Amino acid sequence: MMGAVATLTILALMGRFVWLQVIDSARWVRMAEDNVLRQIDLPSTRGILRDTHGRVVATNRPCYNVYVTPGFLREEAFPRLAEYLGLGRDERDRLEARLRGADGPRRFQQLLARADIDREALALIETHRAELPGVSVIALPVRQYPFGELAAHAIGFLNEVSAEDLRAYAARDYRPGERIGRSGLEQAWESILRGRRGWVRLEHDVRGVVLSNRESIQALGPDRRQEPVPGRDLVLSLDMELMRSIDRAFRPYPAGAAAVVDVRTGRVLALYSKPAINPNLLTTGISPALAREIEENPYRPNIDRSIYESYFPGSTFKPFTALAGLTAGLVDPRSLVTCTGRHELGHRVFRCTHVHGPTDLHRSLVESCNVYFYTLAETVTMDRIAQLAFDFGLGRHTGVGINQETPGFIPTRAWYAQHYPGQFRIGFTLNTAIGQGNTRVTVLQLAMAYAALANGGTLYVPRLVERVEGPDGAEIQRFPPTVRRQVSVSAQHLAMINRALGEVISNPMGTAHASAIAEVDLAGKTGTAQVSRIVRSGEDGRRTWYSQRDHAWFAGFAPASNPEVAYVVLVEHGGSGGHEAAPVVAQVMRDWFVRIRPGPAIPSVTAARARDARNPQRR
Amino acid sequence: MARSLQHRLRDEFDWPLFLAVVTLATLGVVNLYSATSAHTGALSELYLQQIYWLALGAGAATIVAAVDYRVYERFAYGAYVATLVALVLVFLVGKSIRGTHRWIQLGSFLFQPSEFMKLTLMLALARYLHQEAHVERWTLRDLVVPGALIVVPLGLIMAQPDLGTALIVGLVATSLLVLQRIEGSTLLSVLGGGGVTSVLLWVYGLKQYQKDRLTTFLAEDKDLRGAGWQAHQSMVAIGSGGLTGQGFLRGTQNQHRFLPDTHTDFPFPVWAQEQGLLGTLFILALYLFVILWGLRIASQAKDRFGAALAVGVSALFFWQVLFNVGMVTGSLPVVGVTLPLFSYGGSSVLTILLSVGLLMSVSMRRQSF
Repeated sequence: MMGAVATLTILALMGRFVWLQVIDSARWVRMAEDNVLRQIDLPSTRGILRDTHGRVVATNRPCYNVYVTPGFLREEAFPRLAEYLGLGRDERDRLEARLRGADGPRRFQQLLARADIDREALALIETHRAELPGVSVIALPVRQYPFGELAAHAIGFLNEVSAEDLRAYAARDYRPGERIGRSGLEQAWESILRGRRGWVRLEHDVRGVVLSNRESIQALGPDRRQEPVPGRDLVLSLDMELMRSIDRAFRPYPAGAAAVVDVRTGRVLALYSKPAINPNLLTTGISPALAREIEENPYRPNIDRSIYESYFPGSTFKPFTALAGLTAGLVDPRSLVTCTGRHELGHRVFRCTHVHGPTDLHRSLVESCNVYFYTLAETVTMDRIAQLAFDFGLGRHTGVGINQETPGFIPTRAWYAQHYPGQFRIGFTLNTAIGQGNTRVTVLQLAMAYAALANGGTLYVPRLVERVEGPDGAEIQRFPPTVRRQVSVSAQHLAMINRALGEVISNPMGTAHASAIAEVDLAGKTGTAQVSRIVRSGEDGRRTWYSQRDHAWFAGFAPASNPEVAYVVLVEHGGSGGHEAAPVVAQVMRDWFVRIRPGPAIPSVTAARARDARNPQRR
Repeated sequence: MARSLQHRLRDEFDWPLFLAVVTLATLGVVNLYSATSAHTGALSELYLQQIYWLALGAGAATIVAAVDYRVYERFAYGAYVATLVALVLVFLVGKSIRGTHRWIQLGSFLFQPSEFMKLTLMLALARYLHQEAHVERWTLRDLVVPGALIVVPLGLIMAQPDLGTALIVGLVATSLLVLQRIEGSTLLSVLGGGGVTSVLLWVYGLKQYQKDRLTTFLAEDKDLRGAGWQAHQSMVAIGSGGLTGQGFLRGTQNQHRFLPDTHTDFPFPVWAQEQGLLGTLFILALYLFVILWGLRIASQAKDRFGAALAVGVSALFFWQVLFNVGMVTGSLPVVGVTLPLFSYGGSSVLTILLSVGLLMSVSMRRQSF
């Protein structure tokens, strides 16, 4: 009887082993592995952004964060820690309260004492490490933008992934706390720049002591380490020296935008929007004070004025109206229109800036006569103008591929029929012809369109990234110029327009003659875009004065005879294009052709230099 | 007609018992070597000490086996009283370790009287049963003396406190009494009394950590970080061993120190993870063999004393294996019960080998010519 009891009992135990070790084994095997294996992420380094001459515009620097384990920090060591960290009285009290507040298991969890300490504090803490048990310094890579606000909109910035990102990009395997490109190139090229995280599987014992060089678990095997793949670097077409020159020229103005593109390739040499926020401040987590400052800044620094905001092009639109007329064969460039300073249409009066008298196409562009274009518009009609503007990429996305790009707007007859029911009024066409009414373009669009005027009608896709490089500097991918469209306009008509654009500067009657410079012949068109005059009640008088001023434009290319670059400058609420925007262009272009532009100097610059050498007192 | 010792050894030596015990002891030492040589620390010398104890125990067992067991009947009560005195001395001159009073220091040896009580109580009860063999059916009154023999040391051991040893001592003693025919009503009152005692013990007698172990075992949602940790890690070790095991010295649960007390209470999970199901079934089969062999010896014993001794030794193996293995497989609560010949411990090894010697002595004298 006892034997039977003993046998059955032992057999039951044996059954238990069969269950644990064979039938249910898989999950215990997994638990045993989880016990001793710990997978540690090996972060990858984010790719570096360089400008066209290799100047670093976005890189990584180590950021040292100081953590304290309250349970290990001795009471008497705290004042010293506070001193080394350079804490103010308030910060010190706050930290002390936090350390004291950590009770129970939290006493042995690390607490962030101070983020991103400077080198001096780091040196102090490292030197006195032995006196500071429970204090540890953890280095993290942080994005750094050496040029600060310069080109901030185009380059963009990073910040921490949100819960939303983690959901939306589940397949991309972000970790909480990781940083993600939030705008500009950093956002658009995220997948290239980010690289791939690696990992290492470490074997450790129950106290977390890592046992290196042990392979007691088969699962470790050959794949115990996956090296991280560093992100790839981008070489941009931007020239930061040119950006700096633009920034200098913009010093008198609070807000505006500019673009400079290579007319032969569509490379964007400069893309400027003012004001901007220093991305170095955004990357380490935005402070409430900064957030409020951005929120309350009337110039809205977070708006990219070069591609996200659209404006009335004003007179900078006229070359396209003229081309539309010429291409349709509806305009004889020699026929004269007499400008009396006003153009009457029914009971409405459309005004001109001056009384130009008898004006032909050439003169109407050089001196910016509205009356000529009112007359021209009546025969050319709105849809022909719109079609040509579309052909030159106005009112359409340029495909620059960063940030949110607004397409702007070029109205058509059909659109007016829909939005202004009742009779279509010829007045709409007249406003369109001089770049007012509902016509809206972006700074970059206009630059690409002027580049097409300058290069014989080739509309390029603007390109910010020239090539992708590996971390070793080897070229991985190069982006050739992308032609969007060859606009069908005759070379003769283009030459006619471009000659007029050159005389805008060179002709003493030209609207931008004051901005003529000796070093290079500029070409371009001034624009003074009227701002809708709606005064909101309760607005500050000075602000209202500012916000009612016209936008000042200058768009064109240089050198006039053999164009290399096209440019657009918009001084927001700057006033007259000739007085405000053209001088900015002149200053920037002098810098560009004399100092910045790579390659051999153009003849006129050589001549100007020779002249300066003969008369050194001139400058 | 006493035959020479040589003859006895040749003709009557219990080879199956001997081989089974030697195999268990050998594998136990091998396993102890692995269990105490965790990688992160220096190799422990515990397995060597275990070998010394085994050698000492084997010598003692040989002598015990050589002597006719009936001789021991005379010394049974004396040995019992001596052990009882030692159990009292534990509280007076004993060495306190982790708040328990279980050991007496003798030179460099920590002597654990409660282990020997398993043996001496067995002897005392066997003698009493032999004396009272005339009683047909035991009533409550007949149980007074053996009851006292059991309860006094049991109380002392529980006061140390050492729940595991007390449990085994109680169960082994009870197993001996079950040999007797006991009056139905008596059985009922004993069971009732036991029940009441258990409740009283629970309320007044047990320490909180002891209660935690028991409640954790019963809880659905086990507290894996606290009281349930040991049992859980033990099951991880066993389950991950699979059919053939991870190999000698390669069990991660032990090598990485996830198993607690691998040399005392948890040597078997080490074995299970390294040797797998084949290893565990082999060891359990050996234990079953020893138990059944002991019962067989009991049934063939010449007298009631010998039979009681044999049953007692079988019961000793049975209960220790059941509670230790049940504990490490999560089938029974974690109470500190050692596994015979696998767990480290001088007193434990000596007790087990002396009881095997007794069994051998009975075995060699069962055939009457």
